[in-house]
Formats: sequence, C-alpha cells, structure tokens
Amino acid sequence: MNIAIELTKYLMLILTGAYTYHAFRAAVKKNKNSQDKSYKWMTCCIFMFHFTGYFTLFIQATNNKLLLLYGLEVLVLILALKFYKILYPGISGLLLRNMLMLLSVGYIILTRLSFDKAIRQFFISAAALGLGLIVPAVVNEYEKIKKYGWIYGIAGIGLLLLVIFIGTENYGATSWLSIFGIVTVQPTELVKLLFVFFIASLFSENISFKRICIVTALAGVTVLALVFQRDLGGALIFFVTYVFMLYCATEKPLYLLLGLGAGSLASWIAYFLFDHVKVRVLAWKNPFGYIDKEGYQISQSLFAIGTGGWFGMGLNQGLPTSIPVVDSDFIFAAISEELGGLFALFLILLYINCFIVLINIAIKSENNFFRLLALGFSVMFGFQIFLSVGGVIKFIPSTGVTLPLVSYGGSSVVSTIVMLMVIQGIFNTGSKPSKSKAKERP
Amino acid sequence: MRKSILKKDITRKKSEKNNIKNKMPRDKASGRKTILSVVYIFTGLFILMMGYFAHFLIFKSRDVINSTYNQRHDVLAKRVIRGKIISADGVVLAETVTDDGENEVRNYPFDDMYAHVVGRVLRGRTGIEAAENITLLTSYSNSAGALYNDLIGVKNPGNNVITTLNHKLTKAAYDALGNKTGSVVAIEPSTGKILAMVSKPAYNPNEIDENWDRLSEDQDNESPLLNRASQGLYPPGSTFKILTALAYMRENPDYLDYSYNCKGKIEYDGMVIHCSNNRSHGKVDLKKAFAKSCNTSFSSIGKELSMDGFRELCESFFFNKDLPAKISNNKSRFELKTGSSGVKEAMQTAIGQGKTLITPLHNAMIAAAVANGGIMMKPYTVDRIESAGGRVLKGYIPEEAAVVMSFEEADYLKSLMRAVVTDGTASRLNKLDVKVAGKTGTAQQDGKNSHAWFIGFAPINEPKIAISVLVENIGSGSDYAVPIAEKVFEEYFK
Repeated sequence: MNIAIELTKYLMLILTGAYTYHAFRAAVKKNKNSQDKSYKWMTCCIFMFHFTGYFTLFIQATNNKLLLLYGLEVLVLILALKFYKILYPGISGLLLRNMLMLLSVGYIILTRLSFDKAIRQFFISAAALGLGLIVPAVVNEYEKIKKYGWIYGIAGIGLLLLVIFIGTENYGATSWLSIFGIVTVQPTELVKLLFVFFIASLFSENISFKRICIVTALAGVTVLALVFQRDLGGALIFFVTYVFMLYCATEKPLYLLLGLGAGSLASWIAYFLFDHVKVRVLAWKNPFGYIDKEGYQISQSLFAIGTGGWFGMGLNQGLPTSIPVVDSDFIFAAISEELGGLFALFLILLYINCFIVLINIAIKSENNFFRLLALGFSVMFGFQIFLSVGGVIKFIPSTGVTLPLVSYGGSSVVSTIVMLMVIQGIFNTGSKPSKSKAKERP
Repeated sequence: MRKSILKKDITRKKSEKNNIKNKMPRDKASGRKTILSVVYIFTGLFILMMGYFAHFLIFKSRDVINSTYNQRHDVLAKRVIRGKIISADGVVLAETVTDDGENEVRNYPFDDMYAHVVGRVLRGRTGIEAAENITLLTSYSNSAGALYNDLIGVKNPGNNVITTLNHKLTKAAYDALGNKTGSVVAIEPSTGKILAMVSKPAYNPNEIDENWDRLSEDQDNESPLLNRASQGLYPPGSTFKILTALAYMRENPDYLDYSYNCKGKIEYDGMVIHCSNNRSHGKVDLKKAFAKSCNTSFSSIGKELSMDGFRELCESFFFNKDLPAKISNNKSRFELKTGSSGVKEAMQTAIGQGKTLITPLHNAMIAAAVANGGIMMKPYTVDRIESAGGRVLKGYIPEEAAVVMSFEEADYLKSLMRAVVTDGTASRLNKLDVKVAGKTGTAQQDGKNSHAWFIGFAPINEPKIAISVLVENIGSGSDYAVPIAEKVFEEYFK
C-alpha cells in the first residue's frame, strides 16, 4: 500500500515532466514529423498520468463510484481528442493536449479533495468541451461577429450591474447570480469573453484618440463594477487585459506605461480606501502575525507547500483540506502539498507553454481583429494564472482567483474552454485558405 | 505631437474611408515586436514567480513549517523516527526509543538536568524540542536505502540536532546548584553559544504525563515548569552597578578622577541606604567603589544621573525588549523615567534595587558583552543539524545582537570587574589558576532572604566563558553565588 502510494507519486511526477518536456519540444520544433512524435508522447502521458492518479486514489478508498468517474473521464478525453481533430484538422494539437492535461490534473486533485465536487466539475467540463466544438466554426464567421462590438461592451456592463443588484454573496464577493434558484453562475466569467470581443472589435475598426477615450471609459466602468462587487482579482484581470490590448492596438509603449501607472495609483488609493484590500495586503506582508484570522488561509497554504516539499506527501497523505477554499482559489497549494513542489513547477511551466502557444497565434494572425482577440485572451489567461499561483505562494497578495482548468468552478471552466477554443478557431481559420482571408488581401 | 498625429489620422480616415490599410497596423513587423514585448513581460513575471517558489522551498520553508500552528507535524511523525538531541561534546540528551510494547518513547537520559533547555515533546513542546521540531521530524534521505525504506513503509531516522551545550559543564552547574532554587547560565562571549543553562527546581520530562497535574497546578509552589534562566525576573542587585558605572562614565568623561567619601550609609529625604554590613569604605575612587560594591557611592551617583539617558542606555542593552534569542524569554524591566520617578527611586535603581528586574540569561549576556569588547552576540543553543549518518546539513553562524559599548568602555569595565576578584567581594575566585573578572550581587527583598548573584567571565585577556549565577532567597552573592561560579570555572578550565 505504502509502496504503491510512494511509487505512483514519483511516476506522476515523471509523467508530468515528460509531458512538459514534449510540450516545449513540440512548440519549438518546426519539423512536422518530430512534432507528431511529441504529440503521441503527450497523449500517452495524459492517459497514463490520469490512470496513475486514479489508481492511487482507488487503492486507498476502494469505491466503485471512483471507477465509474474514471471511465467517464477517459471517455470524454478520448472523444475530445478525436472529435476536435476530425472537425477541425487545422487546430493546434499542442494546445488541445495541454487543455486536456490541465483538465486531468484538475480531475484528480478535485476527486481527492471532494468527490461530489469532482463529479459536478466533470459534467460541466464535459458539457463545455461539447460547447467548444462549435466555437471554431463560429469564429470562422468573424465578419459577422466583429460587427457587434458596442453590444458586447454594453451587455457586459449590464450583466455586471445586474449582479450588483440581485447577486448573491460567496467568499466575500458579491459576484454570483442565482438562476431560478437552481444553479448559481458567475457572470464575470461570461463578461470576460464579451469584454475581449468588445475591445478587439472596436479597436480593430479604428484607433482614433476619440475611440480610445470612449472604449477606455467603458472598460473603466466594467472594472469599477467589479471593484464594487468586491471582486478584486476580477477587476485586476480586466484592467490588465485592457491595458495590454490598448498597447498592442496602438503599438505605443506610452499607453502601457500610463495604464500601469494609473493601475498602481488606483491600487494604492484602494489600499487606503477599502478595508478588505488592506486586510489582504496585511495578510500578505505578515501572514503569521495575523494567523488566527486574516492570515489563516495563506499561512495554511504555506504550511501545505512547505511540508509537502519538493516531492510531496502523496495523494491523500497530506492535510490540504485545512486550507480554506482549497478546491478553487487555493488548489495550487493542495497540488504542491500532495504531488510535490517539482510537480507544481512543471505545472507552471505547462501554463507558460500554453501562454506562449496562445500568444504565438496572436503574432502569426494577419487579421487585426483576430490578432487583438488572441492577444486579449492570452493576456487574460496568463495574468489569471499569475494572480492565482502568486497569491497562493505569497509572491503577491491573494486576490482570490481560480486556476484555469484545474480549480473547481463551473463558470470558470466553461469560459476558459470557450476562450481557448476561440483562439483555436483563429488558428484554424488562419491555417487554411478561406474566402474571407482572400477578401482581406486586395 | 499627439494632436498632429491625431489630425493626420482623422484626415486619412476621411480620404481613405474604405481603405482597409487604415485598419491594419502600419507595419507588421512592429506589430509583432509589440506582442513579443508582451511575451517577454509575462515570461519574466512567471520566471520571477517560479524563482520565488523555489527560494521558498529551499530557504524559507523549514522555518515556516516549524510553526506550532502547522497541524502537519503529526503527519510527518508517522513517517520519521524523531531525531536525537546531542550535546556539543557528543552526549545524547534526548532520543526516541522503542519500548517493550513496540511503542515509540522519547527518552531523556539525564532526567531533569536538561528539562528546560532541551525541553519536552509531551504536554506542549518546549525548548529545543519545540524550536527544532521540524528538523527532528525531517529525514535527510539521499541514499537508495532511505528511499527504499520510504517505499516499504519503514520509518527513516530523523535529523539530529547538535547543540552548543557542554554536558560536563552543565553537570557541574547542576551539581553545584544542588537543592537550591536558582539558575546558572554560561555563554561563550565571542559567539553567543550557550554552554550551559540550568534551572532549578526542574521536572523529569520522562515522567511528565504521570506528574502533569501536580506540575501544571504547581502544587509544591516552586514553579518547576518555569525556566528561571530565561523567564525568571529578579532584581539585579549590585550586578547592575556595571550599567550604572557605564552610565556614569558616559556622562562624566573625567570618571577616572571620581572620588567619594563613604561613611557606610547615605540619607535622602528620610530614606537610608547602607553599605553591606554598615561598613564604611572611606575615600574611594570608581574602581574601589565597584570592587567593594559600595552602595553609598553608587546611590549618590544615581542621584546625579540623567534618568532618560540611563533608560536609553539600558534599553540599548535590551531592557524592556524581547531578547534577541530564539529561547522563550520574559522582558527585563527598567522603569526610571524623568517626571514619573523620584530621586529616591533613582538612588535605589543605581544599586540594582528599585523596580528594575532582569533574567539570569540577560545578565549573562551583559557579562559576555563586556568580555567580548562591547559586542553583544545573540545567544543560541543549536550549533548544527546533522543527518542520521553524520552529514552536516546546516550550521548556525554566530550573529551580532548589538554593539552596546565601545572597546575602551569595555576595557575599563573589565578592569573594574577584575578588581572585584583581586580586591573585592569575589576574592574567593582569586585562588583559581585562571584570571576571573566579575561582579557579585545581593538583591534585597522585604521580609525574605536576599537573592544571591554573580556574573563574570574568564580568562580576563581572552574570555572563553561568561557566566551568570542566581540563587533565590538565600543570602549574599559572595557567600552563595560565587562558590557555584567557582565550581563551574574549575570544571571548564580543568
């Protein structure tokens, strides 16, 4: 028993390491043949990793429900790989596999933390993968999509205002919306998509000073609405995404500097104005000084990471549930505690790999709308990871955001999958000669 | 500048309304460069974050997870046999053994001798057992054997803590104290290494469970759980004259010309301060006043000193502050303050009575600072961490706590303290082969016997050891503290 837990721990680490290695190899290699070879390795690693994880969990708690969930997850992983490739041969196989690998990591750690939540997460992510199937097709019709920039912007603000008035509170932020009392969703996640579409659409039309002013005002309202909901992490993500999109649309570093300067000033003011901001900063500076209350979560997180060390305690061998909100905002600590610090570093590398693939699609995109869209989503994705991981390891104050594709949270996983599939659609459209592209070139 | 670009932009827009070029970036290469800069910014952030994470795991995590708030200690204890605590001269002070019933038991071979400094694991961890808990529960595994043990579920031996404590010296101090209530602390002045720390009465950590109720309720009324060395607060008595002398030297650069005619007692506003046994010392200079521990001359010095200056000096010696040590300690107190304290209090304070309180550890640090030429070192008890196989994993490096006086000041104080031995209240130590310097103290209490003090160091030229001896409620420092110090010095310089 003990020997199995220890061995699987190292096996999972090796598999993830191999996966990460091949992910970078595939990203660098231009040669189609060696790329395909890496893809095969990666697919193999995903399934073996997923199997090893469930094997470890199963030998510790023999439960047939685990087998069922495992079977369903394998099925969804296979279907996702097959269907996406058949429907869209032009999408990035690397990005697709990264997405599935991250989902598998999330499946395993969530099953370990809470079986019920793992089941919910599985069904929602499966549905999201299904929904994702139509996304590239929709993106292909970009001439139609990009016309409604104003509507995206206004709709986003409208949704956020709706939450302020009839939203419910969770974890100190009023950002949940209850639909007929059955499901609660986080509209911020949908607004994320609308927001990037809105800015990409308007800035790709023109970037006159007047246009910049109007869009900045609307983006500012969106960010303020989030601040009003006490969703600090969300506000920061939107703000940074906007600043970088503005920078890339105008290509003027001045805007980047102005934006980041204004952001720093605003954070500084927020620190003195809002107690809940101050508390987070205090808990960050000296978590152990406030360990009974404000610093409890971050202290527990550091205990978990530190005790786990480089190789981790092994699945089910640590105490990750002592960390409040461990299944969503603090899931990185649970991963580091039980699967190890090295595994956690591989995970960050994997996210970096995703980010580079995403932004590479932005660079290669010839269409201005696509370029801004891909860039916006890349920044959004990358910055969210930075906030989430950085907050958990006390690199920066904790802002309470989820780790994309790994954390528990239906709205988050749906929006992330759609976001990635939009970029896949851009890549897919760009990689084949289409009539719309022909139009673009006079 | 921007305006002109703007204008150009607008006019261009008007003239080339349908021209797609206006929507495209002016230059594809520069567009790429802009996005590339975003890649660099984010990759840089990620690499910084990964660096921070690795830094935390390598350097910071050990201290962090040692927190008593970390519930994961018990998880670790299931995988590792708690390491040993060993004295500097290689004697095991605490180890985990398996008893007849296959249960792991923590064994302390010297019963109550190290009860406070090494501490205990049951009923709330204390001492080194608490401070190095994670170290003891961590196994340095590099060999295939350790990994194999991990795999088959056999516990690996935890890391060993090698202390700075000298067992022979500790035993000498322990024996010298005998049945008396009090404490002995010995420090290496140049490093701050604690060589011995004994507090009596103590308790037997091997039997803590059986005796817990009696101990925790203090049924015998002698506080055996208290580490008197670092937590017991006592009036310093005449040992405090070291600081009074230093304050006087700083306010009066001509202190060498100090002269006072001692008549055996001094009166002020109805209060009388006597010299010991009402003896009058006649005409004294600073050195003689110090050597004979002349209360009348020192309380007359106290009358003239600036109260705030005196307090500042004492606070620079860590009065009213936590000691710069990992050992749990109580703050020593110095309360003289302009405006709220009267002249009588100032006179009493100058001879170590009044409201001033100090711990024996703190007093040892003051003696060590004089011995070390004015540099006070942080006291510590753990020298290094070794793996079960004897490989050094981490060494603790001596750290300066503060420069509390100049080299010249220390030099003069040394000569004063030397005179105490050659020609004063601790002359009993003069017969030792090694040249000792020190100061006795007899802290008077209303209606009870005095506390006996001695603090000092040896050898005078290159001090290797500084000690602080306190015996509660017994009599004069010369009669009761000095003989204990003598035995400790004898053992150390054997």
